[in-house]
Amino acid sequence: MFDFNVEKPSESTRFDTVEKWDFLVIGGGPAGLNAALYAKRKGLEAAIVADEVGGQLHNTTDVDNYLGFSLIEGPKLSDAFFEHVTKLEIPILNNVKVKTIVHRNPDFIITTSDGRSIATRTALIATGGTPKKLGIPGEDTFANKGVTYCATCDAPFFKDKHVVVAGGGNSAAEGVLDLVPWAKKITVVHRSQWRADQVLLDKLDKVDKLTVHLESQLLSVEGEERMTGVTYRDKVNDTIESLEADGLLVEIGNVPKSDFVKDLVDTNDRGEIIVSNNQMTSVPGLYAAGDVTTQPDKQIIISAGEGAKAALSANQYLNHEYKGE
Amino acid sequence: MSELLNEDVKKQINEVLTAMENPVKMVLFTKSMPCPTCKETKELLTEVSKLNDKLIVEVKDLENDKEDAEKYGVTYAPSFVVLDAEENYKGVKFIGIPAGHEINSFLSALIDMSGKDFGFDAAIKERVAKVDKPVNIKVFITLSCPHCPGAVQNAHRLAMLNENIEGEMIEAQTFNELSQKFNVSGVPKIVINDEHELVGNQPIEEYLDYLDKL
Repeated sequence: MFDFNVEKPSESTRFDTVEKWDFLVIGGGPAGLNAALYAKRKGLEAAIVADEVGGQLHNTTDVDNYLGFSLIEGPKLSDAFFEHVTKLEIPILNNVKVKTIVHRNPDFIITTSDGRSIATRTALIATGGTPKKLGIPGEDTFANKGVTYCATCDAPFFKDKHVVVAGGGNSAAEGVLDLVPWAKKITVVHRSQWRADQVLLDKLDKVDKLTVHLESQLLSVEGEERMTGVTYRDKVNDTIESLEADGLLVEIGNVPKSDFVKDLVDTNDRGEIIVSNNQMTSVPGLYAAGDVTTQPDKQIIISAGEGAKAALSANQYLNHEYKGE
Repeated sequence: MSELLNEDVKKQINEVLTAMENPVKMVLFTKSMPCPTCKETKELLTEVSKLNDKLIVEVKDLENDKEDAEKYGVTYAPSFVVLDAEENYKGVKFIGIPAGHEINSFLSALIDMSGKDFGFDAAIKERVAKVDKPVNIKVFITLSCPHCPGAVQNAHRLAMLNENIEGEMIEAQTFNELSQKFNVSGVPKIVINDEHELVGNQPIEEYLDYLDKL
């Protein structure tokens, strides 16, 4: 009934005993954890600073496309990653945000939300993304008053309620499935056609309480104390429609968490960090991997792979190009 | 009732609790029926306490043990407080069952209260120590929320560092009325002194920025 999900506590005590790290990983998702694993195996002094170990895996109920696991819950997969990393005794500062990275050529100084200043020879930005907003009137007003970005967290609040889901990708389809045990009625409103994988669409076909409006653009979230509905434009018939609804789950993709380095590294117009094919950013010794980069397919296994590449490249760089001490 | 924790989970909890340094006491308040999740919370605390000999559980009745309830500011059942080795109340309270993902904030509270250093930077500790007005931090959670234990852990750690601060985890579904009163429909939701709201898990600095202004 309660499905206990025990996480191993992270070890922060060794942080103060190392003067300068070889490889500091920023981010605790698949890219960051795998990078730390590979770096440690190469013998680098590696550590992780993460605002949440597990990253976006925590927002995913079912993962069925990670090789070796035909079906596993996102948080369980992240626990398995974390357990593997902790076996190698890699120090982790969890629940801590990185505020700035300063390049003191060739090293980096990283300042954190818990007041630390950490020196490192190389660093990896693997901060992933945060849920993208629709940017429509009422969305912020009714945030957590009906509007939500985390289906697994907030689904219980929508017991016997009507929930609109915005989006047409895998996350939106999974969001619908997360809501099924709770909501009375679910309506997908998506501006274009489905982009979700066929296996997910097949599952949605079996959901009786689901209605789908494709080619429909959400315009506003309405309500007073709490949200009471949405309006949208039916692009096919060119009409404005309104729906009464108690909740709106927004699953339209992510915004890269790169704000804290936007003046340091090159990014594209979406704020994604531009990397070379060995994951190095425009600054030598500074790497990026996973959803924060321009790599278009935001997948767990791709992020993990990029993390590994970054760590191996950093090791090469330290051995052959690094000019410091 | 049958046991809540299976052998695998017990093993994991047992391993996590090896970090405990000094004894910790949990005082649980239940009441006679109806009391949703009272039985389960009692079972959880009892089962966890059997996994480490530094853990003690005492069960009280919210109606019959009014004095104790008042002492710890307990008004809902099930609620429990976590006391240090000298049985001091440091403002660490759980209202509802910390099951599901929330088991992690529960285990963290036990370890932190046992005296293990939780690694806060000296500058942060100094800022926390300066808070000289009463601060109540409510953290609303659901058991399926993976971001919530971090928020609860922060609130409890602040409480442990300053006797003016109290941190309360509130399981939002069981305490539906309380959730509605604070308009909770997304978690974690943090409410400071019943008026200031922070949405989502926040780094300790976000709490302190607000506490500095009090």
